[in-house]
Amino acid sequence: MEKILEVKDLELSFHTFAGEVKAIRGVDFDLKKGETLAIVGESGSGKSVTTKAIMRLLPENNTEYKNGQILFDGKDILKLSEKEMQKIRGKDISMIFQDPMTSLNPTMTVGKQIMEPILKHQNVSKAEAKKKAIELLQLVGMPKPELRIKQYPHQFSGGQRQRIVIAIALACNPHILIADEPTTALDVTIQAQILELMKSLQKKINTSIIFITHDLGVVANVADRVAVMYGGKIVEIGNVDEIFYNPQHPYTWGLLSSMPSLDAKDEKLYAIPGTPPDLLSPPKGDAFALRSEYAMQIDLEEAPPFFKVSDTHYAATWLLHPDAPTVEPPAIIIERMKRFPGSRYYEAENGGNHQ
Amino acid sequence: MEELLPYTLFLKLTKLTKNSHFTFRCFVRGIIIGGASMAKYITKRIIYMIITLFLIASFTFFLMKMLPGSPISSAPKLSPEQLAVVEAKYGLDKPLPEQYVQYLGNMLKLDFGVSFQFKGADVTQLIIDRAGPSFQLGMQALVLGTILGIILGMVAALKQNTVWDYGSTLIAIFGLSIPSFVFAAVLQYWVGVKWELLPVALWKDGFASSIMPTIALAIGPLATAARFVRTEMIEVLGSDYIMLAKAKGASRFEIAFKHAFRNALIPLITVLGPLAAALVTGSLVVERIFSIPGIGEQFVKSINMNDFPVIMGTTMFYSILLITIILIVDILYGIIDPRIRLTGGNK
Repeated sequence: MEKILEVKDLELSFHTFAGEVKAIRGVDFDLKKGETLAIVGESGSGKSVTTKAIMRLLPENNTEYKNGQILFDGKDILKLSEKEMQKIRGKDISMIFQDPMTSLNPTMTVGKQIMEPILKHQNVSKAEAKKKAIELLQLVGMPKPELRIKQYPHQFSGGQRQRIVIAIALACNPHILIADEPTTALDVTIQAQILELMKSLQKKINTSIIFITHDLGVVANVADRVAVMYGGKIVEIGNVDEIFYNPQHPYTWGLLSSMPSLDAKDEKLYAIPGTPPDLLSPPKGDAFALRSEYAMQIDLEEAPPFFKVSDTHYAATWLLHPDAPTVEPPAIIIERMKRFPGSRYYEAENGGNHQ
Repeated sequence: MEELLPYTLFLKLTKLTKNSHFTFRCFVRGIIIGGASMAKYITKRIIYMIITLFLIASFTFFLMKMLPGSPISSAPKLSPEQLAVVEAKYGLDKPLPEQYVQYLGNMLKLDFGVSFQFKGADVTQLIIDRAGPSFQLGMQALVLGTILGIILGMVAALKQNTVWDYGSTLIAIFGLSIPSFVFAAVLQYWVGVKWELLPVALWKDGFASSIMPTIALAIGPLATAARFVRTEMIEVLGSDYIMLAKAKGASRFEIAFKHAFRNALIPLITVLGPLAAALVTGSLVVERIFSIPGIGEQFVKSINMNDFPVIMGTTMFYSILLITIILIVDILYGIIDPRIRLTGGNK
């Protein structure tokens, strides 16, 4: 499939009073046309920063892009001028934010807010833009759009506001839609509606989505591929089945183990011990080593490279090195792996007579 | 703050207004929920204004009657007979309830009686004559101060932590810390005396006479507006919807003026209300320095002289002004911030 976005060895830092925070320490991934890539990881792992870097939305005065490229349409986004960037934002790449209660301007009608990117990027009259805004509201499932466009954000519920934010993001049929935890602030029934909406809209306009979340349930629902981030780096990337049923990195094991499940009634919910690394002085080796019971000496000394698990699945852990000892993942992960053809614990369904 | 003396005095006299203002704020909430029309809302507000004014009038009347002394007691020695004649002339010999009813009746006709200190001068006319210059100065200072203050605050916020920002902060600090009479005196000396560009004082050359006092009065609101707008703009510029506007491809200019400006103005309006009232009702010190026949100066003089009709008239005048300004501010809120729009509600 055609690649639409390539992030190559991205490194960036924030200059703060406390010193240089190395927020992103070498991130590589690509995004293919029409797919949904989920980026998961705990708070502070660099998920949001990575995507904001793609749109160049980080504060200019204290952000330093130290290395790497973000290639969109053959151009390096990091080298574009602010003016050129304005032409890309909202037209080719657009974004949905976490909190719909604060991401709309309270003193502007929603109609105006939806029309803004249309008027900005498409050569249309005000009347046409208004028509388009009404269509968009209809598309995201807002009843009575002709009346609603004259209203202000406070006259809508949280779920309705997120629909409006989605309408704004889709106004110019973007190639890439970045959704930064779009359902985190919504209650569960609304979450499901918004996810369904995003999936159906993606099919209609064939856009690629980068979906940031820390909710693995959402990931399983929407993603084609998953990138797991930890300490400013991607530690594992692969198809959604590969990540869920054949995870290789101890951090991914930890994440999956700490996911509550309905069948495990009496078991205590697993929590990853320790705290995320301090990116003011990031650890030398594998950032997760200090919290991992599988850590080896080399994890403390040298950062692991990506090891190939399959053509689509890579993980940055020394456990995959040919010389590494074989370790047993947690029982709950082994249970998962048993269901994945190609994993070393795979058990065929029909009593093991699988060939 | 002493230049705001008439205003603070007035506030002391009208603690009641504040409370009743609170009452009708509560009322507003009710109206918003009910989704009544703007006209209905304003009618209601005006009825409440009348009730408030009635309470202020009664309160001031009895307060003054409780004060020791009367306008006549400060006059040179009078025999009891002479005293009785004078009291009868001004109606001061009648029982209190009767005086009160008569007083309220006259007030409805906008007749506040005649001044004791200025012989036979009609109080209503006196206030109109005196309020003119104060009002003109106040309005000019308010408009000049707010506009310049907003510009300064915007520049400071948009060019945060640059020379522009520090410069604007410096001006604001000067404006807040230098009393307006010092500034007035400096202006008089350089612009009036040394360079002879403008008349030094008095109220004789029309607009030219008003320039220097206006500038002296405008410094305060300018500094206040600049500080408020800067703080608010910085906060608004860091909000999620500004990030979303940027993500839509909006330019810096559009972000600042289409998205941030209006939201940053909301808290400014809150401070502008009382500030406007204080400015428009006159500044005693600046009026003194420039020898302007304004209302602030006259009010203080009347209190010293126990000039009941003038005190009452001026109090009522101030009350009407302040209540009107509060009403205007509340309506302005609705225009700027749709969340408190009075006609709103889901249709």
